[in-house]
Amino acid sequence: MLARAPMSVDLTTVKKIASLARLAVSEDEAQALVPELNGILHWVEQLGEVDVTGVEPMTAVIPNTLRLRDDVVTDGNVRDKVLANAPQAEHGFFAVPKVIE
Amino acid sequence: MTETTYRIRGATGDWEVVIGLEVHAQVVSKAKLFSGAATAFGAEPNTQVSLVDAAMPGMLPVPNRECIRQAVRTGLAINAQINKWSRFDRKNYFYADLPQGYQISQLYHPLVGEGSLLIEADEKAGIPADKEIGIERIHVEQDAGKLMHDQHPTRSYVDLNRSGVALMEIVSRPDMRSPAEAGAYLRKLRAILRYVGSCDGNMEEGSMRADVNVSVRKPGDEFGTRTETKNVNSVRFVMQAIEYEAQRQVDVIEGGGRIVQETRLFNPDTGTTRSMRSKEDAHDYRYFPDPDLLPLELEDSFIEDCLHSLPELPDAKRKRYVEVLGLSDYNARVLTAEAETARWFEALLAEGARIQKKSEGEVAKASANWLLSELYGALNRIGKTLEDSPVSPERGAELLALVADGTISGSIAKQVFEIMLESEDSPAKIVEDKGLKQTTDTGAIEAVVAKILADNADKVEQYKGGKEALFGFFVGQTMKAMQGKANPGIVNELLKKALG
Repeated sequence: MLARAPMSVDLTTVKKIASLARLAVSEDEAQALVPELNGILHWVEQLGEVDVTGVEPMTAVIPNTLRLRDDVVTDGNVRDKVLANAPQAEHGFFAVPKVIE
Repeated sequence: MTETTYRIRGATGDWEVVIGLEVHAQVVSKAKLFSGAATAFGAEPNTQVSLVDAAMPGMLPVPNRECIRQAVRTGLAINAQINKWSRFDRKNYFYADLPQGYQISQLYHPLVGEGSLLIEADEKAGIPADKEIGIERIHVEQDAGKLMHDQHPTRSYVDLNRSGVALMEIVSRPDMRSPAEAGAYLRKLRAILRYVGSCDGNMEEGSMRADVNVSVRKPGDEFGTRTETKNVNSVRFVMQAIEYEAQRQVDVIEGGGRIVQETRLFNPDTGTTRSMRSKEDAHDYRYFPDPDLLPLELEDSFIEDCLHSLPELPDAKRKRYVEVLGLSDYNARVLTAEAETARWFEALLAEGARIQKKSEGEVAKASANWLLSELYGALNRIGKTLEDSPVSPERGAELLALVADGTISGSIAKQVFEIMLESEDSPAKIVEDKGLKQTTDTGAIEAVVAKILADNADKVEQYKGGKEALFGFFVGQTMKAMQGKANPGIVNELLKKALG
């Protein structure tokens, strides 16, 4: 198998990721994050040295399959709980700063 | 494959339109895809929301078996590959209607793979021949909540009732070449969904919405750059959006510009589309497998049960109506276009065959003609549909049986039917009460025939002189004199004899 080019991020990428995740990151913080994130990426990349040819990816440590639920209404009607932590709620709705496309 | 001839005529020549549709169809289920909250339409805001749907920390999704089953059944109905191993992924983006900050969807391993659907030739609509439209995949995903912008000057209101409701995203191949083909595809897809019962197909309530991918090219060239017009919610609007968008793209290109791959919005009031620039960098969805959910693995028996649960589908039904019931291709197509119509027709047919002690084939033509002309005509006139028809299939079959056994004539049947529209009474009772029974009394008819001929001696002369078209006149006069109650066969016979 071909070794993949080592992955790394630059300042622009860090800022873009922060923006996509809606995180306010200052210039200083962004600069500090570049080597930190690259450190993590390079550390994880060591896994690439293991030959996993023919090994199925594992999805759980113990054999397990996805459980499915019956189609029965068992929940809901908890509007007060749902809205309890909302910074603002009106007439049973969440009220958020206006978002118009 | 036959090429359609739909072209945009530009200054530099003809352009071909290439269309692909992504249809979001809400799955019919009582509870949501990953929670036990209800899915019913029109509830009070935020009353059908569980803590899972509101994305409270620590909540875990558990898939609803019925939603998976409905998606598999839909896949089987379009002859698609069912993937026994599929997986859920997170599609990450931020919007006020999405409390999780990601939508649980299936990007890498969808539940349903490659399938297809047939759209039928329709010369009038500009589809010269039957055409197979490829379907690339169907995956299962969560719907988002609903935003309301007009309730408050500075706030948007969020209702999460729809949040977490199961959707099927049905992705076509870019196989359509005209607005008419796209319309036919949507109608056929909706018909199949309704036959299968996996989606109610109600576009007004938003149960079915389409993202419309459009590009243009000179015939034979490579595909052009496409735009995606989001959330179009009627067949007519989809066709309008395509027409507008194709023309706009041709204008841009011929004006020396370039099409940018972008998301656009359709305005139903003007029939135009406009760019949705605000969401441009939101296209970086950073998909990854949802760690809260194990892969979805299906047993063969589950898929077989889904297959056995499918009803007869429109294509097969249409073929049977023509080949077994002997209906015309046109009638078969109209009767099978909607599941509801076919159900009504089959109830009419079964009851007719039962009470007339005939085969369904023997009563099929009269039943089809009556449903499509008399009943449809009346329903149109009084603004009703088959679902709330004042006349049931059983009553309709009784009426047709009265015609078939000679109790009443076809024209009297029309009168009886008019009364049935307003009355609970059976057609037999109406015929009895109003004295509409057909006369087969030869003597009575003979007497009327004799009088008609005597009163119209001049016409009888003309007839005998070779003006044979007058025969219809005599029939009409006789029927009129007997208020339509004479048996037409006997009238014909007696007239022929009398006119010798």
